[in-house]
Amino acid sequence: MRTAAAPKFYETKKFKDNLKQTIIFIVLLAGSVLVLSPLWWMISTSLKSPAEIAQYPPTFVPKEFHFSNYVEAWKTAPFTRWAMNTFFIALCGMAGSVLVNSLVAYAFAKIRFKGRNALFIVVLSTMLIPGFVTMVPQYILFSKLGWVNTYLPLIVPAFLGSAFFIFLLRQFMMSIPNELIEAAVLDGANHLQIWWHIMLPLTKPALITVAIFSFNGAWNDLLGPLLYINDESLYTLQIGLQTFKGTVQTQWHYLMAMSVMVLLPVVLLFFFFQKHFIEGSNIASGTKG
Amino acid sequence: MKSYDTTIARRGAGLAEKKEKTSRRRMSRQTRENIFGYLFISPWIIGFLGLTLGPLLFSLFASFTDYNITSRMNFIGLDNFKRMFTIDDLFKTSLWNTLYYVLFSVPLTTAGAIFLSVLLNQKVRGMKFFRTLYYLPAILSGVAVYFLWMQLLSPSTGLVNTFLAWIGIEGPAWLFDPEWTKPALLLMKMWSVGGGMLLYLASLQGVSASLYEAADLDGAGVMQKFFYITLPMISPIIFFDVLTSTIGAFQIFQEAYVMTENGSGGPGNSLLFYNLHMWNNAFEVFDMGYASAMAWLLFIVVMVLTIINMKLGKKWVHYEGGDNK
Repeated sequence: MRTAAAPKFYETKKFKDNLKQTIIFIVLLAGSVLVLSPLWWMISTSLKSPAEIAQYPPTFVPKEFHFSNYVEAWKTAPFTRWAMNTFFIALCGMAGSVLVNSLVAYAFAKIRFKGRNALFIVVLSTMLIPGFVTMVPQYILFSKLGWVNTYLPLIVPAFLGSAFFIFLLRQFMMSIPNELIEAAVLDGANHLQIWWHIMLPLTKPALITVAIFSFNGAWNDLLGPLLYINDESLYTLQIGLQTFKGTVQTQWHYLMAMSVMVLLPVVLLFFFFQKHFIEGSNIASGTKG
Repeated sequence: MKSYDTTIARRGAGLAEKKEKTSRRRMSRQTRENIFGYLFISPWIIGFLGLTLGPLLFSLFASFTDYNITSRMNFIGLDNFKRMFTIDDLFKTSLWNTLYYVLFSVPLTTAGAIFLSVLLNQKVRGMKFFRTLYYLPAILSGVAVYFLWMQLLSPSTGLVNTFLAWIGIEGPAWLFDPEWTKPALLLMKMWSVGGGMLLYLASLQGVSASLYEAADLDGAGVMQKFFYITLPMISPIIFFDVLTSTIGAFQIFQEAYVMTENGSGGPGNSLLFYNLHMWNNAFEVFDMGYASAMAWLLFIVVMVLTIINMKLGKKWVHYEGGDNK
């Protein structure tokens, strides 16, 4: 009699939970296919022959794998040069971003100077200014300085601080106890020494985040090179890829092959430093720290 | 316990000793803080004056002139602004295109990101893998991604229309049909909705489980819990996301530039966005004065919207503990 009183198996909480989890799992799995299929399509197209790309209905797996597409496309334009240029700009910008923004963030987080709070509000409000508003005058300024067709307009601004990175690093530094700094002050250290010997080592995770975001930003930047770089030999990958399309027109196997190559470093960076990507977004939104 | 007391005592004595020293140098301590503070932030100050405030003021001034980078600046009053609304038909097109894009992309990406984050906040096997996977498109950007979508949206052999054909829908010509170019961009944006998802996920994990348990006891359903607990609790992040993505959406440029043959504006000028039109004026015909006027109008529109957003935000954003920071 007692067993009859027990709820039927599909009424138990355990069953309902399991059912819910299974449904969510299936939905997520279906979504994953949607999210990944464009990337699969890109790789698949990059390995097809032009005839197979034009064929209808399209194939999902190439009938023959034309790895030579990559070599041929790479040779069609000075991609090696462009890749070196991009690495150079991105690494310079990265160095500037890490050093300068941490210095500025340290001041806003730990040095009690006059006008600090008011100035920090100014930092935050610059994040709300659309970049396009200052673009024309910046171009005029850099062209009067004779910096057009050099990397200076792409690198120097990285050494002048970015509101987003300052905010991100400041949030992180605020969580470091003041006692550490006060103790160092009592020991006679000045702020430059404290920043270098105490703050930089302690904020390493946040600094790596800034480094990655900055590298990523420079790598994907089209607008800057488009504005300031004229010589083909000085092109970055983004602008190079853009002009490459003019060269190969609708030869999608070449275009996709080079697109894969340009995205590859970013994807690798993401898989190696996933944690930092995710933490960076969270600190910046103020949900942490 | 004892050793703890003695450390405190020793520290106290040390402090008293220091206090005597520092009282003589109290002024110099504050001065030192000021000097170091301003020294440390000086790069930002230079950047702010040279690359933000200076340019802002310069473009305000230039917007009342016919400056074209080589000419002298002739003051022409409000002519640039009059030209936008009376002579320049493309201006209205670009404004309309941009508003269309903002109006659809902000709610769609916000809702999409919230929906995804709620799904990814469940306890399901392989969740870590799913989160990584859904976030991946958000880090991919630039010309390569735009090329990829041009290929995906290809009317006859693209993946999107192939997929639509499977389920019995004849796909549109996307980037070749003025009616469908902007939905095409929206589709592309939805692909990388994982970036916003991450923000919401972090926020959802901060919502206390006891709130849901209390609601369960009261017999609340899934939808009720979502609308009366989840949404209010993550509303500060929604606010932040809507604010920044609105500003971002107004600046759409690269997508249109790359996907429409060097900024031509696409079929029927349907992808001629505000910034693309401004870019063409500034760097194709070097009409810097007119471009500056356009820039300032954009600046004012975005500022007004931001202020409205902030005022409205006070009404619907719920801050735990009631501190309105």
